[in-house]
Amino acid sequence: MPFDTESLARRFHRLAPAVDYCALRVVEEHSQTVAVRQDIAQPAATTVDAGAMVTVFDGDGVGYAASSDLSDAGLAWAIGRARDWARLARGRSVFDGAAPRLPRPRGRYASPTARPLDWRKADRIETLMRESRACRLDARIVDWEASLWTIRTRQLSLTADGAADGEFALQEFDFTIPGLHVVAHDRGLTQIRSWGGRYNGFCQQGGVEVLERAGFAGAGAATAEQALQLLAAPNCPSGTIDVVLMPDQMMLQIHESIGHPLELDRILGDERNYAGTSFVTLDMFGSYRYGSPLLNVSYDPTRGEQFASFACDDEGAPAARTLLIDRGVLLRPLGGASSRQRARRLGAELDAVATTRACAWNRPPIDRMSNLNLEPGASTLEEMIAATELGVLMQTNRSWSIDDSRNKFQFGCEWGRMIRDGQLAEVVRDPNYRGISATFWRSLAQVGDAATMAVMGTPYCGKGEPNQAIRVGHASPACRFTAIDVFGAEA
Amino acid sequence: MNDLFFSMAQYAIGRLAGAETLLANFAGEATDFVRFNHARVRQPLTVRQAQLKLSLIDGRRRDNTTLALSGEPQRDRASIDQALEAMRGELASLPEDPYLLYATDAAVSDRQSSGRLPQAEQAVEAITRAGAGSDLVGLLASGPIYRGFASSHGARHWHAVDAFLFDWSLYHAADKAVKSAWAGSHWDDEELQRRIDAARSQLACLALPARRLAPGAVRAYLSPAALDELAAMLSWAGVSEKAQRTKQSCLQRLVDGEARLAPQLTVTEQADSGLAPAFDESGFVRPATVTLIDRGRHAGSLVSARSAREYGLEANGADDDEGAQSLAIAAGSLPAQQALAALDTGLWVGNLHYLNFSDRAHGRITGLTRFATFWVEAGRIVAPVEVMRFDDTLYRVLGSELEALTSTPEWTLDAGSYGQRSVRSSRVPGALLSSFTLTL
Repeated sequence: MPFDTESLARRFHRLAPAVDYCALRVVEEHSQTVAVRQDIAQPAATTVDAGAMVTVFDGDGVGYAASSDLSDAGLAWAIGRARDWARLARGRSVFDGAAPRLPRPRGRYASPTARPLDWRKADRIETLMRESRACRLDARIVDWEASLWTIRTRQLSLTADGAADGEFALQEFDFTIPGLHVVAHDRGLTQIRSWGGRYNGFCQQGGVEVLERAGFAGAGAATAEQALQLLAAPNCPSGTIDVVLMPDQMMLQIHESIGHPLELDRILGDERNYAGTSFVTLDMFGSYRYGSPLLNVSYDPTRGEQFASFACDDEGAPAARTLLIDRGVLLRPLGGASSRQRARRLGAELDAVATTRACAWNRPPIDRMSNLNLEPGASTLEEMIAATELGVLMQTNRSWSIDDSRNKFQFGCEWGRMIRDGQLAEVVRDPNYRGISATFWRSLAQVGDAATMAVMGTPYCGKGEPNQAIRVGHASPACRFTAIDVFGAEA
Repeated sequence: MNDLFFSMAQYAIGRLAGAETLLANFAGEATDFVRFNHARVRQPLTVRQAQLKLSLIDGRRRDNTTLALSGEPQRDRASIDQALEAMRGELASLPEDPYLLYATDAAVSDRQSSGRLPQAEQAVEAITRAGAGSDLVGLLASGPIYRGFASSHGARHWHAVDAFLFDWSLYHAADKAVKSAWAGSHWDDEELQRRIDAARSQLACLALPARRLAPGAVRAYLSPAALDELAAMLSWAGVSEKAQRTKQSCLQRLVDGEARLAPQLTVTEQADSGLAPAFDESGFVRPATVTLIDRGRHAGSLVSARSAREYGLEANGADDDEGAQSLAIAAGSLPAQQALAALDTGLWVGNLHYLNFSDRAHGRITGLTRFATFWVEAGRIVAPVEVMRFDDTLYRVLGSELEALTSTPEWTLDAGSYGQRSVRSSRVPGALLSSFTLTL
C-alpha cells in the first residue's frame, strides 16, 4: 500500500521531539525478479518492503532507529529510541562537540521512464525464454540463465522543522536490471561469458527502454557464441603490455580504484574494520596528481537513465554534477555534509557532494559513490587499437581484488583480444592484469570518445558496518593504458 | 515475533483456496548496532524488522512474495490478502516447475536460546571505557535473531537465538592493526576488557619497522581467521551441487577425480552447531553432518531441494545458494601454541582480505594479507609486513603444501549484515604451509 506523504509528514511533525535535529526517511519498495535457467522458469519472487528510519541529533550525539511499523506507535518508538541513542552518544561521538548541520530535504524526483516495464510475470518469462532458447547452440553449452529484475521505489525525506513548513523531498525511482550468462565446457575447460557482467552491468533507471538500449534481444545467441569462442581460444599470454579496457571493465576499474578510495568517510577511518582505508589523505585534495592529464572524473547525479541519479541525498543535500578529478588532479572527495564537517574539524576545507546515502530504510546513510563517471576524450576505438603495438583488448569484468588501502589490485576479465601491430588479432581467454592504483592511472594513454561510452552500473556496491549493498552507476568510454602487467590462467 | 509469525502464517493458510499449498518463511531481528571509530561512537542504531515470505503453490506452479510485516495485525493481514490475490491472479499463467520440491510432512521444532545481552548504555559505556586511549574501530551487533517455517501441511519450525558479535580492530597507524571478534550470548564487561587488553598487547609488534617482502614463495602459517577467509570461498560455487554438475566449481578438479587435497583435510557442514536454523527454506530438516571433503577426497556436496529434484538426489538442507551455513574443517595435530616454532622462518598471516578467483576452474585464488601479519625468523616475530598480494591454488594451500593443521579449531560467527544479520558460522583451525605464493 503506498504511503500517504501528507499524513506521514503531519504525524511526524506532531510526534517529533524538541531536539536539535530530527529527520524521517520512509522508503517503500516493490521489486520483482524472474529468471529462466536452461529453458526452465525459476521460481518468481516479488518483494514488498516498507519502513522508516529516524535520525536524531542531541548536542554532538547522533542516534538512529528503524522500523517497518509506520503507525503512530511505530514512529513514536523509533523517535524515542533514536533520541536515547543520541543522548548516549553525546560527549563521546566522532562529531566531537558539534553535530553536523544538515539541510532540509526538498524537491521532487522521478525516473525518466518512457515505457514502464509493468509486464505480467508470464510475459517477462516469455521474453527471457526467447533468449534462453537461443543460448542452446551446442552440446558444450552446459548451463545458462537469463534474468530480469525490476524495482519501483518511493522515498520520502523530511526534517521536523521542514515538516512544519510543509517541506519535504519525494523521490520515485524505476530500476530495470537485466542479466544473462552462459557456461561452456569441453575437455576439462570451462568458460563463462556474460552479457554486461555477472553483476548486472546494464542496470539503469527506466523501463522497457532499458532493455532496448542495452540490446537484450539477441543477447542469448551472441553470448553463447562468444562462450564457445572462448573455449577454442588460447590462454592470454603474460607480459608487460598495453591494455585497451572496454566500458564493462572500465566500470570496475573506476569503482575500485577511484570510487572507493575517494569516499570521505573511508578517509576519515570509519571503514577500517571492514572495507578498509584509502591511500588518499585529506591533504591531497587540490594538488595530488591522481592520473594522466587525460583523466577527468565526475560525480553526476543528473544523467537521467543512470542508476544512481536523484534529486537529493539522504542527508537532504541537493544533488549537482561535480568534477572530482580534473585533468588528472584530484579536487574533491566523495563525501556529504556530515563528513565534510568532520574533515573541517581536522583542518581540511573540502567541498561536499550530495552522496551520503542508505541502501534501504533499515540502514543509516554513509558516503557512497552514486554515479561516478570517466569523462569521454577524443580518441576513437580504432585509433586506440592502431596505437597499440602489443596489447590486449579486455571486456567484461570477471574477478576483482584490491588491498585495504585501495592500492594493489588484480582484475580478471571474461574476454580478450590480442592487439598486434595496431590490429585486432586472436581472441584469448582468461585475461587478467594487476597494478597499483597510485601509478595505474598515470599510465592512461588514450581516452575514448563519446561513441565508445556506455552507461553501466551495479546494484551490489558493498561497504559499511552494518553492511549496505547500494546501487551505483559508472559511465565510461573505452581507455588505453600502457605497460600493464598482464597474465592468463594457470596452464 | 513467534506470535507475529505463526498468527500471520495461520491467517495466510486460512485464506487458501482449492488445492493450494502455502509455505511461509520468516526472518526477523531486533538489533542494536553500535558503530565505533577512534573509540568514539560513530552511528548507533536499533533496527526492528520482520519479513514473511509466502510461497503459493498449486500443482506444479509456484509463486513467491516477501512482505515486510509492520506488527500491526490489521495492516499485515491486508498485506497478506493483497499478496495472495496478486499471486493467485498470475499463478495459472506461470509455467509448471519440474524441479519443485518442498517438505510435505508436519514436522515441528522449536529452538529458543536466550542469553544475557548488553543494554545500550552498558555496551557504549563498556566499549568506550575499555577502548579509551586506543584507536578502536568496529561494530557491536546485539539482539535476538528469529527464523521460522510453517506450511499448510502442518509444519511448524521456530528458531530464536540471542546473540551478539563485537567485531573490532585496534589500530597502531596507517594500515597496521590487530583484528578481533567476540561472539556469544552472554555479555560480560570484564571479558570485554580482557579481550581488548589482549589485542592491545599485540600492538607492540606492529610498532616495529615494517618489512617489505619480495614476490615469491614463502613458508607461511595461516591463522584460523585467515584460513576462514579461504574456507569461505568454498561456498562461492564450490561445494554447491549445481556448480559441480555444471562444471563451475572451484573444486571441479577434485570432483572430477583429477586432483586431491591433503589427506589431513576433512571438511563438513555441521548443522548441529552454530546459529543457523535446523530447517531449510523448503521445510526440510538439515542433517546433522554433511561430509564434503573426506581426507582430501571429494565426498559430497550441498544439495538444495531444487537440485535434489533436478539431479535425482536427496536434499541435504542447503538453501538455494547451496553455500555452507556451518562449515567445519577438522582439527589437526599441531598444538596452536607451537605454531610459531613450527613455522620457524616465514610469514605469519593474521588475516586475509578481498579474496576472489583468479582462475576458478583450477581453484586459483588471489587476495591480500591484512591486519596482524608478521615476518617470523627462528620462531620469533621480527617485523610486521607491508601488505602483500597472494595468488595460489586450493590444490597447493589445502593440498600439496599443507604441512599441518592446528589441534584447536576456532569458532567464528560471520559478521555479514547485508539486509539482515548473518547466521553463518564456521569452525576452522590454523594451517602451516610449506609454500605460499606472493605476487605483488
